[in-house]
Amino acid sequence: MLYTAIQSLSSHWKRRPGQLAMLAIGLALATALWSGVQAINAEARSAYDRAAATLGQDQLARLERADGRPVSLDTYLALRSAGYLVSPVISGEIRDANGRLRVLGIDPLTAPAAAQGPALDGDLDLSTFFTAPGLLLVSEATANGPLPTDLPPITISSDVPPAAAITDISTAARLLGQTDPSYLLVAPQQPFGLPPLADATDLQLRAPETANDISRLTDSFHLNLTAFGFLSFGVGLFIVHAAIGLAFEQRRASIRTLRALGTPLRTVLLALGIELAAIALVAGLIGILMGYLIAAALMPGVAGTLRGLYGAEIEGILRFDPYWALSALFITWLGAAAAAVQAMIRTARMPLLAPALPRAWAQASGRAMRVQTVAALALFGLAAMLALFGQGLIAAFLCLAALLIGAALILPGVMSVALRFLPTRGAFSEWVLADTRQQIPGLSLALMALLLALSANIGVSTMVGSFRSTFIGWLDQRLASELYITAADPSEAAFLMDAIRPDVDAILPIVSADQRLFDRPAQVFGVVDHPTYRQAWPLLAQSENPWDQLATGNAALINEQLARRENLSPGDLLPIAEGLPIVGVYSDYGNPNGQAIVSLDRFADTYPEVQPFRFAIRINPEQAPAMASRLREEFGLPADAVTNQDQVKAFSIEVFDQTFLVTGALNILTLGVAGVALLTSLLTLANLRLPQLAPLWAIGTSRATLAKVELIRALGLAMLTFIFALPVGLALAWVLLALVNVEAFGWRLPMQLFPGDWTRLFALALIAAGLAALGPALRLARIPPARLTQIFAQER
Amino acid sequence: MRLLALILLLTLSQAHAQGFAGLGTQADGFAIPQPDPVFTFPEDHGPHPEYRIEWWYLTATLQGMDGTDYGIQWTLFRSALEPETSYDWTAPQLFMGHAGLTTPTAHFSAERLARGGIGQAGVTSDPFHAQIDDWHMYSTATDGDAYDALHLTARGSNFAYDLNLTANGPLIFHGDGGYSVKSAQGQASYYYSQPFYAVTGTLNLPDGDVPVTGTAWLDREWSSQPLSDDQMGWDWFSLQFEDGARMMAFALRSTEGGTFTSATWINADGTTESYGDGHIALTPLATTQVAGRTIPTQWQLTFPVRGIDIQTTPINAQSWMDTSFPYWEGPITFTGSHTGRGYLEMTGYE
Repeated sequence: MLYTAIQSLSSHWKRRPGQLAMLAIGLALATALWSGVQAINAEARSAYDRAAATLGQDQLARLERADGRPVSLDTYLALRSAGYLVSPVISGEIRDANGRLRVLGIDPLTAPAAAQGPALDGDLDLSTFFTAPGLLLVSEATANGPLPTDLPPITISSDVPPAAAITDISTAARLLGQTDPSYLLVAPQQPFGLPPLADATDLQLRAPETANDISRLTDSFHLNLTAFGFLSFGVGLFIVHAAIGLAFEQRRASIRTLRALGTPLRTVLLALGIELAAIALVAGLIGILMGYLIAAALMPGVAGTLRGLYGAEIEGILRFDPYWALSALFITWLGAAAAAVQAMIRTARMPLLAPALPRAWAQASGRAMRVQTVAALALFGLAAMLALFGQGLIAAFLCLAALLIGAALILPGVMSVALRFLPTRGAFSEWVLADTRQQIPGLSLALMALLLALSANIGVSTMVGSFRSTFIGWLDQRLASELYITAADPSEAAFLMDAIRPDVDAILPIVSADQRLFDRPAQVFGVVDHPTYRQAWPLLAQSENPWDQLATGNAALINEQLARRENLSPGDLLPIAEGLPIVGVYSDYGNPNGQAIVSLDRFADTYPEVQPFRFAIRINPEQAPAMASRLREEFGLPADAVTNQDQVKAFSIEVFDQTFLVTGALNILTLGVAGVALLTSLLTLANLRLPQLAPLWAIGTSRATLAKVELIRALGLAMLTFIFALPVGLALAWVLLALVNVEAFGWRLPMQLFPGDWTRLFALALIAAGLAALGPALRLARIPPARLTQIFAQER
Repeated sequence: MRLLALILLLTLSQAHAQGFAGLGTQADGFAIPQPDPVFTFPEDHGPHPEYRIEWWYLTATLQGMDGTDYGIQWTLFRSALEPETSYDWTAPQLFMGHAGLTTPTAHFSAERLARGGIGQAGVTSDPFHAQIDDWHMYSTATDGDAYDALHLTARGSNFAYDLNLTANGPLIFHGDGGYSVKSAQGQASYYYSQPFYAVTGTLNLPDGDVPVTGTAWLDREWSSQPLSDDQMGWDWFSLQFEDGARMMAFALRSTEGGTFTSATWINADGTTESYGDGHIALTPLATTQVAGRTIPTQWQLTFPVRGIDIQTTPINAQSWMDTSFPYWEGPITFTGSHTGRGYLEMTGYE
């Protein structure tokens, strides 16, 4: 009997393959976007975990100097000869025009068990690892990616984190030109009878990094992606809900017949359930495949984003994880079940002998709308409270969610009110408006989906646009010098600068040192007193004559990130040298770390070992290209050692655009899904509405006119939705810029408006709605008059 | 395989001459021991980087005030990747230290690894000082041979010791004047010992410090290809007889089941007689389950030429050196035709 029930019920899909396709597409899209985002997040997280577990950083404490500079070899040897089990690591980055690589040099002889380094091939000759030219262990992706030239031989190991190489400490020492260990790993168990390590050394003992910095730093990004994934999944489920509702309405008669023939209700429900599960399985598998493809396509962008925003290294390559696929399939079933619940309940409650009277599956109900509106207002209130008093990233995202859900809930109410105030001319237009109001409940889910997609689009593009224009403006100021030169070493630098000094306006050395400030990595720069800086570096906060004070050497400027994170303002002391008063705060977009600027003299006193070999050159812009080629030809500088402003700017903007590539792609995908949701809803309604349209046709309105009205109505609703989405989207952008961005990145951006983008989006929304409405309208225009006549016979 | 394990394989397979399988490597670029050596001291007390492997190997049988037996081991191995040395991270000279401490009820072991060249480990001959981390063996002799008086320290995760050693006799040379043949194919090493130490000092145990006295034996050996391809392990004895005589005996076990034996008889005055393959016979009398392996811990040693027929018993049958390449090493006593104390090392038991 079950088989027969399934057979007769599923014959419906044979007659309406389009509907089946719609259901499958809805499920597949929902699964695809959700699982795609999950795959990206999982991949990134496992990359962080691998990086965190490198050399046992997640299990081993380490000793390092408070200022972040290398530990002297003598200090290391003194600890060893006192009996302490510590192991040196020399780490650093090598970089040239071809690529960059983080090098981790370990001493396998003293490394604690947790830091023994990666697995090696059994037949590898160990003396190649220990003796020159040495051996670099890198992951496969790193080996295939851009790498600096003149590296020692490379061997593949899957345990090495992205963009890094593990090698013997002797090889690292040679490659990085550094003899002193960068830090020391501490074995968990120290020998018998020794005083505590902390008493034996001035070095700072840092606990193992259980929750590593990078994953905390990138949380906001992944939260962002997850939010997008949820949004897409929800929008996809709107489609599924609509498709299932439609199928239910159309199969009322079959179900009634089956029941009348004696099929138990349980069997009918089971048949419907099995059918849905089967469709969900197929659609889910397609969705997983699509999700994987989307994720794989977006992965390089995500890698670029993470590197650009946080300096986090992940490989732009996606691995396939069967657990991920299974969990995605489970989510698809769960979503399908949630979307089908209403239709199932209705089937269960359907009286056995009731006439197969179709009615709108979502009946208009003024009361429901009022409840929604009250809920929406409460959510807006919550959003406002969170915006005013909330702390942290989670609060910012909750604020976003409250705002969006509230906007979606209040949409039907806003629409009804708006339609009430539209002017009407004549009975027909009055009917059209009244009928539209009547339709809103049925279309509301699809319109909400459209609203969410449009607001998200407006919000995110406003944020990215504001970000981009601020960033470019800032680049123009920051990259004020015409040429940037990198010499091979300080002595070549001195020679070069002496040679060109007569022909240029000014030579500004660029020197920096890594230093831990407030127990986090930071950089300190030294600058000469020059109008370039005074003019080009706008300060967000300052005390009197900050640049004059800086020039004395007894003051420092800090970036916005450091100021916000440590709650510093002008007048506070910065722990550099004996403590320098802060005289200004500058904006420093795109930098995850703290930064400080001191005068060049102060810098040279504090970091005598850092010699300048990079320089910014001020020169008449017209002479810049000639000077660049002179440096290359006359002094033999490699091409990448001389860059002009335009190149640097172009590169920076490229990095920036890469950064938001993923956001843009997800935006478009979500909008597409919303379009499909609208189409499904309209299709569902089209049949249900025939009983309402038939009388109009009977009193003389042509089918073409009715179809035109349907089309115009869809466009009108889309327009109304867009108009409502605009303030919602801008509110969203404000939350993103003023709350999320500050929490996530530590800096705040001025919000700018981009009406051009809105126009484009408006057009897109209309196209989506038009395309969605076109099919149903065409069908109405071509409906056989006999069918309309039948409606009077059968339905009334 | 983990990096460290591989390194150890490399290090041990060459440095730990006491018989692991498949170690008959070619000595490319390294010097090879030649017959009729002429030793010069103190230089030869120090390292020989032109040879692939070398060790300073000291064992002591000790007693507490209450007569409890103890034993300690202190070993520094040198293993060269290339026959040269330098004074930075790139030095191809690797060092490995092993320390053991045996009581009747417990056995402690510790291991240290380091590269030479940066100052973390190394050996100097004048003044004599062998060191890895905080483990030291250095000369306290004011005149005479540098090895006549030594200070010795080591520390593990749950034990430490600090001992002073004074030699009551001369250095002795094994084999043919210090040229010790290790197989029928002719593999050989330079090998001499100081077997006449009297020891005083302190053992630091988890339950407290124990003052001890006793005797000790220092082995010095270096080579570049000590073992034949088919030699898979060895059993090595150092014995002190009650009349003051000493004896060194070893058997290298072949994969085919045969052995290659060698022995040095040391009279109380330091005069020696060497005995090549076939003069001694070693027979296991009892085995013990140690670290999941079956190890022969009681032996019969017969040496007909010298009228010796003794049975050895370990102070602690579980004297397992739980190092990267584990082996059995601990103090023994012996009875039979003669009585006395000694040290036993057994390697290559799977």
